[in-house]
Amino acid sequence: MKYIDEFRNPSIVNDILTSINKLVIKGRSYKIMEVCGTHTMAIAKYGLRDILPDNIDLVSGPGCPVCVISQGEIDAIFSLLEKEDVILFTYGDLMKTPGSNNESLLTYKAKGVDIRIILSPIDMLKEIENTNKELIFVSIGFETTSPANAILIKEMYKRKIKNFSVFPYNKIMPGIIDVILRDKDLNIDGFICPGHVAAVTGTNLFEPIVKKNRAAVVAGFEIIDILLAIRAIVLQVNNGTFRVENLYKRVVSDNGNSLARQHIDDVFEITSSIWRGVGSVERSGLALKDDFQQYNVLNKFDLIIESIYDKKGCKCGEILMGKKSPYECSLFSKECKPESPIGPCMVSTEGTCAAYYKYMVKSEHY
Amino acid sequence: MCLGIPAKIIKISEGFATVDIGGIEREVSTILLEDEPLIDEYVLVHVGFAISKLSEVDAEETLKFLKEFSDEIY
Ligand code: SF4
Repeated sequence: MKYIDEFRNPSIVNDILTSINKLVIKGRSYKIMEVCGTHTMAIAKYGLRDILPDNIDLVSGPGCPVCVISQGEIDAIFSLLEKEDVILFTYGDLMKTPGSNNESLLTYKAKGVDIRIILSPIDMLKEIENTNKELIFVSIGFETTSPANAILIKEMYKRKIKNFSVFPYNKIMPGIIDVILRDKDLNIDGFICPGHVAAVTGTNLFEPIVKKNRAAVVAGFEIIDILLAIRAIVLQVNNGTFRVENLYKRVVSDNGNSLARQHIDDVFEITSSIWRGVGSVERSGLALKDDFQQYNVLNKFDLIIESIYDKKGCKCGEILMGKKSPYECSLFSKECKPESPIGPCMVSTEGTCAAYYKYMVKSEHY
Repeated sequence: MCLGIPAKIIKISEGFATVDIGGIEREVSTILLEDEPLIDEYVLVHVGFAISKLSEVDAEETLKFLKEFSDEIY
């Protein structure tokens, strides 16, 4: 398919690998973090950890929107389902995420709770006419997804729909990038920046990274895109000159999509937010603006988000911050597998543990 | 979840377009596009919305860079 096949050409893949091998300086290491779950999956799928030089260390960051939701936020959804007869609409990624009670949306659905998977938030609009029940949307996602969620909320407002509310769980990148940059133990040399987040925000979102003398390269999701980004990071690190490079120009304009940002600004305001394994992070989430607070399910149904950041025994929190690899979790591929996940990193199609399990369990690393 | 899929526009209506995603037709909203969508153009689709047009010029430029790059190695 156009725009895809060209970026998978095996001989070019080899050429870039050869070039990376020539560029890396022996005796120094390059720690590179990918901040997007789709990159995490692609890196595992293409086996990049096995084919890159040993001194390039690829670590995963907090880029899976399902994984970064705190345990308390998940539990609040389930406590609503326990007490109210509602219809819950969600993106499919959330279905298997386990609560503290070890239930999941999938098990609630099996018990008869009306839970519907949507591909697009506007699919909800078709349901308004059919019911008087409360229609609830789990609003998750980063900057890429927030404009679509905002459009749904605005449309409900315009149509004066009363039986609608949302779990306001959207997260944004600036605050968490800041946390990663300030972390003394992490020492990331360069970031493969999330291309589809940048398609909305523009590339200047990543300026704080280069201000701290780390490389920042916006990349697409094919193997060639990712290898080119790694090569660019190695070059920046070698030269000691850091700038935000956009290697995904075919999709990302440097200014991003201002129309999409406007929709986010109309509905949401920046707030602190709780991240799994990290806790509360300033400037890292989106709250509903006053006009739209009537749709806040937490107020409407008196729900409390408990301060439970992580699940016992699960290392998702540290994995999301690039501090541990799934192999360092004693439950990985034993008690915790995609069929019986303990943490969201094993559940989500973009979770780091799921990526390692799917593509790397049998590889030499294990 | 931030997965975006390239899709080719095959039909346009007010605020929407029918796109071909690897052989499957789907209707997507085009209200987030800053420029008018055109038939045969490619867009990046995310949760039912086209969020960006794919630029053929920029894709070609990357491919050209890759070609020069490969030539250089040999
Ligand atoms: S393997 Fe399972 S329990 Fe361990 S960190 Fe990953 S999701 Fe959590």
